[in-house]
Amino acid sequence: MNPSTLKYFVKRIIFAVFTIWVVITLTFFIMHAVPGGPFIGEKAVTPAVQAAMEAKYGLDKPLFEQYTTYLNDVIHFRLGPSLKQRGRMVIDIITDGMKVSAKLGLIAAAFATILGVILGSIAALRRNTLFDRIIMIVTTAFVSMPSFIIGTLLLITFAVKTHLFPANGSTSAGLVLPVITLMLYPMSYITRLTRSSMLDVLGQDYIRTAKAKGVPRMKIIFGHALKNALIPVITYLGPAIAYITTGSLVVEQIFAVPGIGRAFVNSITGRDYTLIMGTTIVLSSLIVIMNLISDLLYKVVDPRITFD
Amino acid sequence: MGETNKKFSMHVMDHYKMEDFIPATESEKEYLVKMRPSTTAFQDGMRRLFKNKVAVVSMFVILLIALAAIFLPMVWPYQYETMLGMAPGKPVDASFNNLRPFEYSKAELAAIEAGEKVFPHIFGTDSAGRDYFIRIIYGTRVSLAVGLFASLIVLVIGLVVGSISGYAGGRVDLIIMRIVDVIYSLPDMLMVILLATVLKQVIGNRLDGTVLAKIGSNIISLFIIFALLYWVSMARLIRGQILSLREQEYVLAAQAAGARGGWIIRKHLLPNCVSVIVISTALQIPSAIFTESYLSFLGLGVNAPMPSLGSLASDALNGINTYAYRLIIPAIVISLIVLSLNLFGDGLRDAFDPKLNS
Repeated sequence: MNPSTLKYFVKRIIFAVFTIWVVITLTFFIMHAVPGGPFIGEKAVTPAVQAAMEAKYGLDKPLFEQYTTYLNDVIHFRLGPSLKQRGRMVIDIITDGMKVSAKLGLIAAAFATILGVILGSIAALRRNTLFDRIIMIVTTAFVSMPSFIIGTLLLITFAVKTHLFPANGSTSAGLVLPVITLMLYPMSYITRLTRSSMLDVLGQDYIRTAKAKGVPRMKIIFGHALKNALIPVITYLGPAIAYITTGSLVVEQIFAVPGIGRAFVNSITGRDYTLIMGTTIVLSSLIVIMNLISDLLYKVVDPRITFD
Repeated sequence: MGETNKKFSMHVMDHYKMEDFIPATESEKEYLVKMRPSTTAFQDGMRRLFKNKVAVVSMFVILLIALAAIFLPMVWPYQYETMLGMAPGKPVDASFNNLRPFEYSKAELAAIEAGEKVFPHIFGTDSAGRDYFIRIIYGTRVSLAVGLFASLIVLVIGLVVGSISGYAGGRVDLIIMRIVDVIYSLPDMLMVILLATVLKQVIGNRLDGTVLAKIGSNIISLFIIFALLYWVSMARLIRGQILSLREQEYVLAAQAAGARGGWIIRKHLLPNCVSVIVISTALQIPSAIFTESYLSFLGLGVNAPMPSLGSLASDALNGINTYAYRLIIPAIVISLIVLSLNLFGDGLRDAFDPKLNS
């Protein structure tokens, strides 16, 4: 690895860590803006109990000391107890939810990428045919529909009216509809990205040279064109993961999937502040790290990229 | 990208057509001689825009929806918040609740029997006996207004910060751009949800009795969120525009030809900047509508009884088995608005951004 690449990598990693620190700091101060602080209960308590509670959670200490304690806790994955689910720690709720959500998200991401690349390539190779037009219209429509609308429409059509799939997402068969809902947007985006990038590559000189030299069509498509056309798709994978993570917040709610998204939405409606904080920090860090990986991967895959 | 290549290869093919080498006929020569009136960049862009069928259709769809959202509530015989079964001094008439499209309640049927004319409930009524058609129309109005206003906030903040950063340069520019980088890399949706949850709590009680209370704490927090998080791309864009436009050769050429500063700003900098700004503002509106509907769906959107398309869709989930159309209608309207705004924005960009017209 040459020095400029290394320098870029180090810079990006430091920036990602800095961003995560900003997220944690913002979450801390935003939560402190809530009247009564994040540890307010639903029942009225006596001043003595209130003081005892504050002492227990360190709320009587100076703000800066609270902040450093909080920072130290977050680094060690101590996110405190849930306010509404008595006796459960936030980190346990997140770990449990993550197992389900990761499965859902990974399947959706894999399908979105594979189908998107295949459809996009075919659309580019069959440019201006009926197939290409249909693909473009359908993907434009999917990009314009919020995920909760796609989800509920699928729920009505396939679970409520026809009973083809269960409406409850806690079983394996129940994951079919949530996966489809989650993958439609990134799939459409990847299809359009692959199509335009493929068209771009197909017009390059080296493709013409390969054609002129009599390289078989299939070898040109897979060996020369597709490899280069996929580079922009890699940069989209970071944002795609971000989309799938935040998209699953509502999708899990609609299909009753017991994942982290559902826990998060329930924590919003239940004003479970520690859980909101914990989930925001964990999911944000995940998204920042995914963006970092896709950025670094992009530079590794395409040696033409220069570093500024 | 693909378009460029197609045009490029067609261009090359055009060069080698045989008919290009045939001497021009008299009529062709005449065509070349004819002087055409010069067109301004704006006229040129409008001509290109109106040639784009998709953009024109989208524009009409948006206009139609916007006009309906503005004017229909004024003339419609029902109000969005009126529960028709609840008349003062009378017992609650539950037959007004959950009417199917074009169904009438018992009282209304009696009135029709008596020869009175009753305006139909085109989309029926909701579970509280409110006319659903006017709720959809009013929800569209709220969603459009939120989208437009949020985009204007983004535009103003982005314009101010971006221009300062671009003009000042040096350390100011560096600091502003680092802040922009950080906000840009924050996961927006999660931050939005966090802020919306907390702001609802923080500003909720303080609004009581003020003019802002009518708009509702949730919409206010939505605007604050847009003001805090979404200006960054606009600021980046405007800074980039200013930096690149300042260095353009035609600016230098105009200066060399003796043009004054005001002339250069009016004739060169503004027209080039405005198109980019208008286009990205136009494309910001659907994304704001998206965000609002998403938050409404999570219960963080507009305050009841005010409807928005997102909150209508969210409310419809409760009766999804029997009243699926109550979800499908707002879903179609949101998709239609977002789709046509996106397509229109794309059309605007194709027509007015000279750099993309290669």
